[in-house]
Amino acid sequence: MKRYLTSTVATSALALMLGLMPASAEEKLDPNAKQGGAITITYKDDVATLDPAIGYDWQNWSMIKSLFDGLMDYEPGTTNLRPELAESYEISPDGTAFTFKLRKGVKFHNGREMTADDVKYSLDRVTNPKTQSPGAGFFASIKGYEDVAGGKAESLSGVVVVDPTTVKIELSRPDATFLHVMAINFSHVVPKEEVEKYGADFGKHPVGTGAYKLGEWTLGQRLVFERNADYWHKGLPYLDKITFEIGQEPIVALLRLQKGEVDVPGDGIPPAKFQEVMADPAQKARVVEGGQLQTGYITMNTTMAPFDNVKVRQAVNMAINKERIVKIINNRAVPANQPLPPSMPGYDKNFAGYKYDVEKAKALLGEAGHADGFETQLFVMNTDPNPRIAQAIQQDLAAIGIKASIQSLAQANVIAAGGDKAGAPMIWSGGMAWIADFPDPSNFYGPILGCGGAVQGGWNWAWYCNKDLDAKAATADSIVDPTKADERYKLWGEIYAKVMEDAPWAPVFNEQRFTMRSPRMAGDDKLYVDPVHIPINYDYVYVNDVQ
Amino acid sequence: MIAYLTRRLIQAALILLGVSIITFALLYLLPADPVRQIAGRSATPQTVESIRQQLGLDQPFVVQYWNYLTNLLSGDLGRSYIQRSEVTELIVSRLPASLILMAGAILCELAIGLTMGLIAAVKRGSVTDQTLMVGSFIGVSAPQFVVGLLLLYVFAVQLGWFPIGGYGTWRHAVLPSLTLGILGAGWYSRMMRSSMIDVLRQDYIRTARAKGLARRAILFRHALPNAILPVVAMIGIDIGLFMSGIVVVESVFGWPGIGQLAWQAIQRVDIPIIMGVTLVSACAIVLGNLLADIVAPFIDPRIKLR
Repeated sequence: MKRYLTSTVATSALALMLGLMPASAEEKLDPNAKQGGAITITYKDDVATLDPAIGYDWQNWSMIKSLFDGLMDYEPGTTNLRPELAESYEISPDGTAFTFKLRKGVKFHNGREMTADDVKYSLDRVTNPKTQSPGAGFFASIKGYEDVAGGKAESLSGVVVVDPTTVKIELSRPDATFLHVMAINFSHVVPKEEVEKYGADFGKHPVGTGAYKLGEWTLGQRLVFERNADYWHKGLPYLDKITFEIGQEPIVALLRLQKGEVDVPGDGIPPAKFQEVMADPAQKARVVEGGQLQTGYITMNTTMAPFDNVKVRQAVNMAINKERIVKIINNRAVPANQPLPPSMPGYDKNFAGYKYDVEKAKALLGEAGHADGFETQLFVMNTDPNPRIAQAIQQDLAAIGIKASIQSLAQANVIAAGGDKAGAPMIWSGGMAWIADFPDPSNFYGPILGCGGAVQGGWNWAWYCNKDLDAKAATADSIVDPTKADERYKLWGEIYAKVMEDAPWAPVFNEQRFTMRSPRMAGDDKLYVDPVHIPINYDYVYVNDVQ
Repeated sequence: MIAYLTRRLIQAALILLGVSIITFALLYLLPADPVRQIAGRSATPQTVESIRQQLGLDQPFVVQYWNYLTNLLSGDLGRSYIQRSEVTELIVSRLPASLILMAGAILCELAIGLTMGLIAAVKRGSVTDQTLMVGSFIGVSAPQFVVGLLLLYVFAVQLGWFPIGGYGTWRHAVLPSLTLGILGAGWYSRMMRSSMIDVLRQDYIRTARAKGLARRAILFRHALPNAILPVVAMIGIDIGLFMSGIVVVESVFGWPGIGQLAWQAIQRVDIPIIMGVTLVSACAIVLGNLLADIVAPFIDPRIKLR
């Protein structure tokens, strides 16, 4: 199972040096995999939409990936890019033109063959303001984006259909993340005729080229995905049917899993039952643990006194006892010392960060002229375990003389306070923390640490703006050549090291993922903690009780 | 009667208008910005403004409310911000489940409450009476979330008599109906008990007894019909009580009704759904009360509609 991963990586690295990427998606499939069978997955909340241009929550993200395909995708269970609907691609030497050669014979669920026109239509659609796509901003580097976003044009001038199987995308600047952008759901290919037929309800009647097609959707009750027999990737998917049951409390889902009625509780193991499950060897054996592209952090508003003083921010970094906070959440996370999570390319294993040191923190606070401490506010989202974590932070701060009162509010209110320059001195990000859109270090910078996010209504809640770093980030992202990826990651490492020196955040932990599955579910463990498929990679998992 | 009805209906319309203004205003005043929820975290300010404009959220409050009201009068509750579907469609698809749950709950609360009340009244002052009344007190005060999980654990997980949550057959409906009904059963048993005690003191009961009628005949043929009516007239008012209960019960049992819809919408600041569900609930409460008032004089001739 693991072999196909290494072999494709090796061939792709070689091919990239030649400027051409051959098809590698026809990797060796799991020889033990069995075809057939059906599984049941539960969720508490309704599935909002299955429109790839609109869906933007972790629940529908993976579902949409199984109904639609993009030009690019990731090798299952990893963060390694590979072509998907594209058969190969070429990047121009200056990194501003990407030419994709499309795979032939790929059919939409309605039977029509997918062509380069569909790729162009899909990109025009997602960037059109009328679509109201939350992902439109990802395409800002495509030539003509400004005109479409501003309503001056209906079509991206940078996306050119060369012939029915070739599409050329020109960028207004080199963008090293562009292949990732071609892999996110927002760029998935949709058929024009179906979008026009259903209009705003396309999200309830999705038609794509993906491994599954939507069989049934009873609002508020269940969705059924059926195997797409015409799927271009022969041999996939393994399962005949996936039923998503909606409206199930996580605790009820766990009880049903124990009775064999459910295969994967989509919302995970409920916190109240976590220790019980992990203490039972039989149940623990069915839990797969993996990393997540997530960091939980405390933001300090760098424009508000006394957090405008870097020494105060560094003192806070040293005052937080991260080990204890991790214990509060039953060790479902690992302590963090930098913005990037460990499973993100560019993470610096050797970075020391700020060690927990109360005395040094007090001394720094004294140097900043706050030897007697000060009073401030810590904003937090009001759902468990966040208020408990905030209390731990409050105690840690009290130990160095900072009296923080906790403002426990609904998620939307905390987000609103963070986006207001005079809104929140400190925020514990839990429940609203950044989860990467795609596995690239740049994704943890722009909106949450860059100057562009430090605007009214933005997500840079620390209001941290370092123009030098913004320039450095732009330099890093102009290194498009995949063979220079390491050089680029190194540059990003330097950027985050400088961020930590300025300490607008106190990174606290990186959440781990724990996916529980029924005994009949099989396939590599990696598929159950796939970094881009939450909870699981529906296309590659299988069950072992079919003939 | 017609004059009374007309007046009450006008009143009802005014109440609903009031509810819509207050809810709309409260949602308008929320510090959370729905446009940012839709636009997502990677949106440029330009995109945010464009969406705000398309949804008409850049307009002053009065204009926004007027637009909502005029759409409402033509039966259009708007589209969900998050799901992008018609709110009417979302509510209509979930309403039957909530109605079934309510019907089940009414059945449960009447069956349990009236029986308990009847026994307590007949055995007035005994240990049975006291035990039943303590039981009804627990029923009234137990949190529905706890009751639901307890029933689920005992009857579905341990005994396996009913499915563990979900929707579809009558078996799915039993536990959620019971959970929702237990609260009402507590009230009904108390009302039934006092109503029955009241009736049993009446002269005609004494006459029946003097006539030598069997105890059972007195109880079921003469006393019960008179005692039960004022209690049953309260069902209309229950609907209001249920509206708050279904939010909890539907989430515990995974029951696909409007309570669940409302809860999810509140968490995501999906204003059109919150408005829609609030208005539908308000309608149900107003109509329930109206129904209770209209039925009352038929049941108890001492009550006159004026």
